[in-house]
Amino acid sequence: MGKASFVVRRTLQLVVTLWAVGTVLFGLFRLMPGDPTSYVVSSQMTQEARQQLIESYGLNDPLHVQYIRFLENLIQLNFGQSFHSNQPVTDIIATYMPNTLVLMLTAFIVAYALGITLGVLSGWYRGSRFEKSTVITALTARSVPTFYVGLIVLWIFGAELGVIPMSGMTSLGTGGQSTGFLDMVLSVDFLKHLIAPAAVLGFYYMGYPLLIMRTSMLEVLSEDFIDVCRAKGLKERTIMFKHAARNALLPIITAAAIALGYAVGGSVLIETVFAWPGIGREMVRAVLRRDFPVAQGTFIVLASTIIFLNFVADLAYGYLDPRVTYD
Amino acid sequence: MAQEEQSSRSIYTDLDDTSSEEEIDKWQRTFRLWRETLQEHWGMLTDELSVKLSMLTVAGFMLIAIFAPFIATHQPLQRQYQGEAGIIIDKWVEPSLLGADTQYLLGTTAEGFDIFSQLIYGTRAALLVGLIAAFFTAGIGTLVGLVAGYYGGKVDDALMRIVDFLYGMPLLPTVIVLVAVLGPDLWNIILALIILQWRSTARVIRSQSLSLRERPFVKAAQVAGAGDWHIISRHLAPNVLPMTFLYGSFGIAWAILAEAGISFIGLGDPNTVSWGTMLQASRAYSALSFGAWWWFVPPGLCIGLLVISGFLIGRGYEEITNPKIQ
Repeated sequence: MGKASFVVRRTLQLVVTLWAVGTVLFGLFRLMPGDPTSYVVSSQMTQEARQQLIESYGLNDPLHVQYIRFLENLIQLNFGQSFHSNQPVTDIIATYMPNTLVLMLTAFIVAYALGITLGVLSGWYRGSRFEKSTVITALTARSVPTFYVGLIVLWIFGAELGVIPMSGMTSLGTGGQSTGFLDMVLSVDFLKHLIAPAAVLGFYYMGYPLLIMRTSMLEVLSEDFIDVCRAKGLKERTIMFKHAARNALLPIITAAAIALGYAVGGSVLIETVFAWPGIGREMVRAVLRRDFPVAQGTFIVLASTIIFLNFVADLAYGYLDPRVTYD
Repeated sequence: MAQEEQSSRSIYTDLDDTSSEEEIDKWQRTFRLWRETLQEHWGMLTDELSVKLSMLTVAGFMLIAIFAPFIATHQPLQRQYQGEAGIIIDKWVEPSLLGADTQYLLGTTAEGFDIFSQLIYGTRAALLVGLIAAFFTAGIGTLVGLVAGYYGGKVDDALMRIVDFLYGMPLLPTVIVLVAVLGPDLWNIILALIILQWRSTARVIRSQSLSLRERPFVKAAQVAGAGDWHIISRHLAPNVLPMTFLYGSFGIAWAILAEAGISFIGLGDPNTVSWGTMLQASRAYSALSFGAWWWFVPPGLCIGLLVISGFLIGRGYEEITNPKIQ
């Protein structure tokens, strides 16, 4: 099979996966116990007004009608209106998604810059005490839950020392979102809020590229061209970074794309601890208050991020490594 | 499978005769094969110091879980005292470990529960979730992977599309939705984790059995007339067993982390104490701001200790099965 047909097949698979995720979600949210309307409909409302409201959400239609409407809306990226605040779900996603992305990307850049460098060094100095300690650090970083590290950081630096804010993304009274997203992101107040969650996440995500890079380095270092480099009399540092590390980098690139997807999906916990107004926290809140449209919309955004980045990783692999064959 | 072997009168006839006595013998041989593999790996595994320490840690936690009622000083979910209006927020008891004059080793929570006893009973929840979820994820994943890899073609395609679909689901959000649908209960958390987590084992075992399928000993068994199930269970399974154990031990760690996360969010089982629900309660009553660190530090340390042991055991095992990364 050639590259073109691989891309076509992979794209079709992407569409089918998205459809399957949507369908399963549709089913799950309708199986959920509890009357979603009880959160919108106040008890003082007359029976008539109540019925009208339920009707307007289309919750009385037969299931297949609801399903077809759901798919139609999904294609048009229309996730309906929040039961809770009556805002369109698309607006809610547009508000919270950038916040999640800023946090995740900051954490990722820190994690991958540090993780890759430490991974290269620990692969190079194999068997040394340095290698042992980096591996143990990486494993520890991945073993202690991020939300727990977040709690400890909040306790020490927030409650005891008072150097970082206890919650949120901006301080009250600084204007927050009203000053525009870019202005907010560039403000000192925002950076103060960002540093703790980004550091905690960065420490957690660092372990993965570190371990992969180390393994990959070990494989590359056993290849013949490294011996050739040595025979040519190149400096050790040149061999390490220019020849070995560059060849070992390939698995990292695809792993990073996939990991970023799961990081956005796994943003739930860190956002909850730091009360970061991101999409993961919003999803949890929507599920807890049975706000179907918001829960559904945010979940679909999280899932499609993962599915799309997996897709990118698959395609990138073929471009980056000419040895890959499609069969 | 037995009928197939019988009708084809293969060279296995003398070994795989289905008379009851030899049936037992056949199973004995299978078990011996598996036991030998395991013994060999166990020997190599316990050579490493970090693995030995990890195993001791896990064993220690297991003992605590089993003897929890004898170790705990109080009932974990029994109010030790009543405040005004039933709930006390600022009147917790400080730990006697820090010199306070009370009978509570680690003090009490804001709700009046004994923290030490909660910590002890929390071990049960963690190990229950970890072991059961890991057993089933590794088991289901291995079975699916073997079948997909061995049969190939349409069977493989269908099974792997399911795995692809599962890979498209974000772990925690999916478990959150599933638990919200099924109800907040420890068993539902375990079920939700199993539904999602067999995907990774299945993918790895499939690629292993794809290559095993082409090996001469499998071809020989096929030519000799062995049935599909015979080949899967006796020729493929023992060879992928190390991978199954590897993913099983990682699975324990992931399941414990996931349960803690779900409970922390507030979807934990309200009738069971787990380390995650302890952390959630401490957060809800802002133990952070009150500086009541003895409430939220110990449960997290326990999670970390147990999970890192799982990772280290898995890693030790990985080095045996894949000597290249040593």
